[in-house]
Amino acid sequence: MEGRLRVLFLTTILLGTCMLLVSSMAWSADTATSGDDAAQQQVIQPQIERRTLDVDAIDTEDFEIAIFSGLYSTEDFGTNMVIGARAAYHVTEGIFFEAAYAKTDTSETIYERGTGSPPLLSDSDTILTYYNMSLGYNLLPGEAFIGKGWAFNSALYIIGGVGNTRFAGDNRFTVNFGAGYRFLATDWLAIHLDMRNHIFKMDLFGEKTMNNLEMTGGFSIFF
Amino acid sequence: MRVGLFVVLLLVVTLVNADDDVYPEVKVADSYIELHTGPGAGYPVFHVVDRGDYVEVIKRKTDWFKVRTAKGKTGWVSRIQMEKTLTSSGEVAAFADPGLGDFSKRRWEMGLVGGTFNGETVMTVYGAYALSANLSVEISASQVTSDFSSSDLVNFNVLSQPFSKWRYSPFFTLGIGQITTSPSVTLIQVEDSQDLIAHMGVGIKIYLTRRFIFRAEYKNYVGFTSNDDNKEFEEWKAGFAFFF
Repeated sequence: MEGRLRVLFLTTILLGTCMLLVSSMAWSADTATSGDDAAQQQVIQPQIERRTLDVDAIDTEDFEIAIFSGLYSTEDFGTNMVIGARAAYHVTEGIFFEAAYAKTDTSETIYERGTGSPPLLSDSDTILTYYNMSLGYNLLPGEAFIGKGWAFNSALYIIGGVGNTRFAGDNRFTVNFGAGYRFLATDWLAIHLDMRNHIFKMDLFGEKTMNNLEMTGGFSIFF
Repeated sequence: MRVGLFVVLLLVVTLVNADDDVYPEVKVADSYIELHTGPGAGYPVFHVVDRGDYVEVIKRKTDWFKVRTAKGKTGWVSRIQMEKTLTSSGEVAAFADPGLGDFSKRRWEMGLVGGTFNGETVMTVYGAYALSANLSVEISASQVTSDFSSSDLVNFNVLSQPFSKWRYSPFFTLGIGQITTSPSVTLIQVEDSQDLIAHMGVGIKIYLTRRFIFRAEYKNYVGFTSNDDNKEFEEWKAGFAFFF
């Protein structure tokens, strides 16, 4: 009887010890794993935390669209009103690309008026249209002041490019260059004044280089 | 007229209201940032914001950010200084410049290239959409002007760029289009001609800086004329493009 009790007692102790051992091992294994986790997290975390501010969500105003009107002088064909549109992309604070399209009418030449001869060009051929792509540079950026309390950003820019002029029924490769003044009434609204020379070759009365001067004013919106 | 006025008024109201928006805030981490009166290095510095202060980022123009301080002062800060700020959760604000990495990941590309088409002046404007890093589709419009005629070309082509991650990235292209030729009016009154054309070409795109690339290409065109007498054209072009 006594022997039986002793066996039971010893068995209980043994079982208890085993359970303690197993559970302690499991616990130490647990801590080891969580230690590994922490180490792993430390390796990964800096990459996760370098989430960046959503820069794309910030409103960028690098594009500009404009309408303009003014005077366009077609050599030998008088000076007439021109109307057109431009779109620009500002690459840096100094450089911008611009595409333009405009339309103007032309007048009779002195020869036609003087001699009373029939018109040299058909009605549709008297309309001159041009388009061009140009590169501009804000040569003199600055501020303009109105009175004491108002300051406006402005820039004097130079610009030049290539394009096409359609006049008297033909397309002509055209080089343009000039200068302009941009006055920003607000960050997104600007007033423009522009002077350009458009140069192309014309062979209507023997080959001749045309220098067509243009002076325009307009509005533009940045977006 | 009344509708037009209403639209203008609505536009103005929307634009004015835009100022009430909640803008992202960044914390100054450098010793200070400088506020310029305009978006350019030459504009005078009129205010500084010290380390630890927050500023709201309102808008961006090229490399300049318009910010508003807690006291309501607004001015323009350069990208270089904005890169030394932290977001509200303490992370470095990344106003990174688009770089070579973005070049290989670009989706849209637009450009202007010029050169010679059978010895005559040609100008082309094109737009491209990248289907994958190596394959894109393009549409282009060209104008060829000479003393005797002028031609308009519209082309649709597929472009393969096998090494899209390279700064100097060669490409191959195949496409079809249409050429419309109008003879010069001072010569002879001939009907305009319109023909189908197909082309193949090789070229190179060179990543320059920011969003800009230089592009040069050679294309060989075959024009399928109605009288079974195919014409061949050679075209050499170079120009600039930007991607976004």
